[in-house]
Amino acid sequence: MEAARMNALWLGVIGTSLIAFLLKYFGHSIPEKYVSNPRALRINTLIPIALLSALVGVQTVTEKGQWVIDQRLAGVAVALIALSLKAPSFVVVISAAITSAALYRL
Amino acid sequence: MSKVNRATATQSLSVSFTVGLYGTAFGAASIAAGFSILQTCLLSLLTFSGASQFAIVGVMGAGGSAISGIATASLLGIRNGLYGLRMAPLLKVRGFKRVIAAQVTIDESTGVAIGQEDLGIDAMKQGFWLTGFGVYIFWNFFTLLGALGAQAMGNPSAWGLDAAVPAAFLGLVWPRLTGKFERTLAASAVILAILLSPIISAGLPIIATALLAVAFGWRQRA
Repeated sequence: MEAARMNALWLGVIGTSLIAFLLKYFGHSIPEKYVSNPRALRINTLIPIALLSALVGVQTVTEKGQWVIDQRLAGVAVALIALSLKAPSFVVVISAAITSAALYRL
Repeated sequence: MSKVNRATATQSLSVSFTVGLYGTAFGAASIAAGFSILQTCLLSLLTFSGASQFAIVGVMGAGGSAISGIATASLLGIRNGLYGLRMAPLLKVRGFKRVIAAQVTIDESTGVAIGQEDLGIDAMKQGFWLTGFGVYIFWNFFTLLGALGAQAMGNPSAWGLDAAVPAAFLGLVWPRLTGKFERTLAASAVILAILLSPIISAGLPIIATALLAVAFGWRQRA
């Protein structure tokens, strides 16, 4: 792997870890009254829904900025069925992987 | 700390193990995205927040810049800060102990702690610490296992890893889709991100959907 990309990955690892910790630590250190704005709290519960859903979409049907329909879509569809049947999360992931791998190897 | 409540301990352990097992998926996804085994393990040891970890490897694995990866991961990490806010008055810890408490403040430790409310404040504290440490140990162990496994596998598509990663994200978002409002937001985010993907560089379509969350959350619902 080229050096610039390797450095970018390290930056990603260190930056993510540092900010993740600071966010946790600030939470433990600032008085509760400063962050009780109901709008901010409401938005905060919605942000993970938006970002995680976006990640599902992008990782399922795009590749390097292009729309690509392939075995991944079938895998994620199976995951969706597994979730609606209340399967535990590792079953969900494994069923998606098996479906996708089977189609890939066809 | 007083005698450990048995029900609390059982719940903590079962949550720790099931969630920890998920670390395998992260370890494998991270290797498939081009991170080394060391980097993968450091993400679990230091970042220690599943959604943020999947986000950084997901965004950068798709060719996104470090900055957009860090931004996505950090937006997902804000909620841990709010959990800390909730847990601090309960734990009442300072100095090094507060550093440790902060590091293990995640969805699961906070969730189990709040779930023990009926059993009293001691059970809540025990739930927090047992789940926090439990998830930490299992999550890191299974991350290493997943990373080693993925490296031995070779081509990620042949093993279905390319679908396992979005499925893992789906598993993380699913419990949050509690009503029609949440499902509408999720569907809108999926569509927006896919539409933006060919237009703006990798990672940015994900971050753009945070604006959807702001728009959805701006007004109080009736």
